[in-house]
Amino acid sequence: MGALALVLAAAPFAFTNNYHYEIAILVMLNAVTCVGLNLLIGYAGQISLGHAGFFGLGAYGSAILTARYGWPPLAALAAATAGTALVAYVVGRPILRLKGHYLAMATLGMGIIISIILVTEERFTGGPDGMSVPPFAVAGFALAGERAWYAVCAAMLVAAVWLALNLIDSPAGRALRALHGAEIGAQVSGVDAARAKLAVFVLSAVFASVAGSAAAHYAGFITPAKAGFFHSIELVTMVVFGGMASTFGAVAGAAALTLLPQLLTVFKEYEMVMMGAVMMGTMIFMPKGLVPTLAARFAGGGRR
Amino acid sequence: MSLLVAEGLSKAFGGVHAVEEVSFAVEPGAVVSIIGPNGAGKTTLLNLLCGIYRPSAGRILVEGRDLTGRPPHEFAAAGVARTFQNLQVFFNMTALENVMVGRHRHERRSLAAAMLRPPALAREERAARAEAAELMRFVGLADWLEAPADALPYGALKRLEIARALAARPKVLLLDEPAAGLNPVETQEVNALITRLAARGITVLLVEHNMRLVMDVSDRIVVLDYGRKLAEGGAAEVRADPRVIEAYLGAEEEADAA
Repeated sequence: MGALALVLAAAPFAFTNNYHYEIAILVMLNAVTCVGLNLLIGYAGQISLGHAGFFGLGAYGSAILTARYGWPPLAALAAATAGTALVAYVVGRPILRLKGHYLAMATLGMGIIISIILVTEERFTGGPDGMSVPPFAVAGFALAGERAWYAVCAAMLVAAVWLALNLIDSPAGRALRALHGAEIGAQVSGVDAARAKLAVFVLSAVFASVAGSAAAHYAGFITPAKAGFFHSIELVTMVVFGGMASTFGAVAGAAALTLLPQLLTVFKEYEMVMMGAVMMGTMIFMPKGLVPTLAARFAGGGRR
Repeated sequence: MSLLVAEGLSKAFGGVHAVEEVSFAVEPGAVVSIIGPNGAGKTTLLNLLCGIYRPSAGRILVEGRDLTGRPPHEFAAAGVARTFQNLQVFFNMTALENVMVGRHRHERRSLAAAMLRPPALAREERAARAEAAELMRFVGLADWLEAPADALPYGALKRLEIARALAARPKVLLLDEPAAGLNPVETQEVNALITRLAARGITVLLVEHNMRLVMDVSDRIVVLDYGRKLAEGGAAEVRADPRVIEAYLGAEEEADAA
């Protein structure tokens, strides 16, 4: 936790241009989403292949309310987050009864529906070309410049990690992990499985939505691709590569898989292929993911 | 008032009647054992009594409250805890955390409180840890406090489940073959533990094949055969019942002699 804050504070000294900041901000926003998604996948053991949909709902919620209706960005952020939470709740109630492949298919379908709506509702969303988003401003002060955004996103990430770590080591967090370990054992111990799954699903959607809102304001432009299937797969790959049931793994996975395509710009065309290869490689060579595997190697034991 | 009452409980899977019209009651502080040959419906009965299965017919009352058809966590909330013959251990957690999950019904479940971690919650967590550690010592797992659950040997896992069930401070504890699959030394340890539970006045519903243990600790014994209740009574009564001897005990003694 302290180490993460230190790295985030020290990183700008190594940045030599705005492009570096831009990438770092991208990494941190993905990391916020992944920390939330990891609570769902890594800890509670439930899959979602539609999380980019929630990211998109947050992004477009903020974009539409500020650009089309002139809402103040903070109010738009709050409304978009609440709206996304509501969608996650309404969709999650029926589909979280499903398990395994069925849950994967249902969340996949949900993500696709959200992205289709964003593409077709041109009047509000600008359709496939996307829409521009006003800068984030509070009481007349606009958040502008890479450094300011970096600071805000770093604070968001530290907050997200802090909240997640607290949750994991609490009665509610143990209930989630217990559901993953042995669902019947958890239920008999008094865990309301349906309620706990729904709660963590909504929570992870909220993380994605807030990251989406921030991404929309930061970039000043948003396209439906961010809500699409490929982005969902990217997010899951980050979580799995970094290490399921490891909060710092989610951060590391987001960092690695956001940086990789930037370093290998020559292969830009093959980004999807690369993601697939990373996913397969992870499953075969380190099924526990990067951070847990390294931690086990260095500790010589089973520390999480 | 009886703590746990089964009234005409039946459970059918397709055309198979696993449990048929079984009625009995567990009084506070008593140890009641359910015995019967393999396939008699003992585990199905336990699964009904903690909400894992919904009965096809009949009612389940916990302290007079009708919980028929309610989900397992409501049974837990009413004070029913259990262990599993085939283990339901959380292998992704430490042994101590497994036991802490057992306290879930007494804990705050709000996600918001969990994430913001107010000082009161931090204090409760310390108390929870201490209590879980105490229970692990009680069941003889003092050496495994911080170990990941998947590092524990099989016999220790059985006792870990008992500690987890006790962490709920249950009104009635359902034990499903706690000595099954254990070697003689481990069986002795589990037997001693159950005797200690009984001596503490904990209400226990025990499914067990080990007749010596059953006869030693039980206040009442319910005998199942082909899903039906064959007999019920004290140890001496059941032991002398010719139907029981024919269906179960006799066969067992022959098997032991062989």
